[in-house]
Amino acid sequence: MATSGREVLSGVISGTVLGEEGVLTLLEVSRASAVHADYVVELVEEGVVRPEGHSPTQWRFSSVCLVKIRKAVRLQNDLGVNLAGVALALQLMEELELANVRLQQLQRYKL
Amino acid sequence: MEYRDYYLILGLERDATQDDVKRAYRKLARKYHPDVSTEAGAEDKFKELGEAYEVLKDPEKRAAYDQLGANWQSGQGFDTPPDWDAGFEFGGGGFTQGDGQAYSDFFESLFGRSFGQGGASHGGARPGQQSYQSRGEDHHAKILIDLEDSLNGATRPITLKVPELNAAGHVGTRERVLNIKIPKGIGASQQIRLSGQGAPGFNGGPGGDLYLEVAFKPHARYRIEGRDIYLDLPVTPWEAALGATIKAPTPGGSIDLKLPAGSAAGKKMRIKGRGLPGKQCGDFYVVIEVVLPSANTAEEKKAYEDMAAALAFDPRAELEV
Repeated sequence: MATSGREVLSGVISGTVLGEEGVLTLLEVSRASAVHADYVVELVEEGVVRPEGHSPTQWRFSSVCLVKIRKAVRLQNDLGVNLAGVALALQLMEELELANVRLQQLQRYKL
Repeated sequence: MEYRDYYLILGLERDATQDDVKRAYRKLARKYHPDVSTEAGAEDKFKELGEAYEVLKDPEKRAAYDQLGANWQSGQGFDTPPDWDAGFEFGGGGFTQGDGQAYSDFFESLFGRSFGQGGASHGGARPGQQSYQSRGEDHHAKILIDLEDSLNGATRPITLKVPELNAAGHVGTRERVLNIKIPKGIGASQQIRLSGQGAPGFNGGPGGDLYLEVAFKPHARYRIEGRDIYLDLPVTPWEAALGATIKAPTPGGSIDLKLPAGSAAGKKMRIKGRGLPGKQCGDFYVVIEVVLPSANTAEEKKAYEDMAAALAFDPRAELEV
């Protein structure tokens, strides 16, 4: 694909850090994942992400939540899995990741 | 431009049914999905699959593609025949619902914006109907930083590829370089949100935000897990057995590490607060690795023989052999 131009912006841009603590509102997290807020509500109900706060208006999502929501959207769009399937896939992927980290530790130290 | 064999990509015969197409795509997509697969090149492979499926799942596009004939070899030089899509009717937009920039030039030339539209303007953008204001989309990118960038804070340029339509209506990319301030203490799985640096808004609407997902480049010496930093420290058998004070490097300068007598390989020692800095600062861990000296020269062999004579050591006692 052709690259038609290069634009270099001078000046340094600072941003805000999204970390483990919840900061994003339902609106912000839906917009950032390019999905309807209803879909995010469904993911919360399915237990895929756990925001801080008790009601949707008080919900605050962390960086990890945002990453998970976007992954869920991709899996659902690309692989045609339903919500329960997405929840299961994400859970298994998380367990696999933990198992791989543990495996690497074991291999490294030959414990 | 090279011919792409979409049947070959999905591992199908040319007479495959629509159900076969779907099944083959789903199976390969699960294997190569970038969120699922750890295989190198999975992302490219997945894009290739998506492109093949985009064409073969749609009976109109598939028929048009089939019309090119079966005698092409994948990778063979290819020019779009004139009026190649004449006689086909297309419902709705000819363009894909997917991410346009993910497709190859071959796909673009066949099914790009003007496909099945007889040269008329595409329905996506309606001139004269944009009197409303709207906010630009949020964009996402990954940024790879060095451990030192997080320890000290830094300013780093990042290059973003922004898709845009050129005059001919094809999707191209423009590079945009931003100088980003990397906040001190940022860790993997955290993100930097830059307000207004996503897609521009319409009709004076505000721009979207840009989210940067942070990951660390592999470090020659340290490993980063969460907010903690790990160092594998090689020690001699006598240091491990007798205890010693050893100089160990940390990102903040070397320290004197007191290794207790009887330390086993794999022993983990924690130096509090020497991980990634910040409100919840991480710790620094030293993992002991016991290295055996070689036994090549006569002196070296003698030292091992002396040890064998002096120590009643049977590491296989529990095996009862």
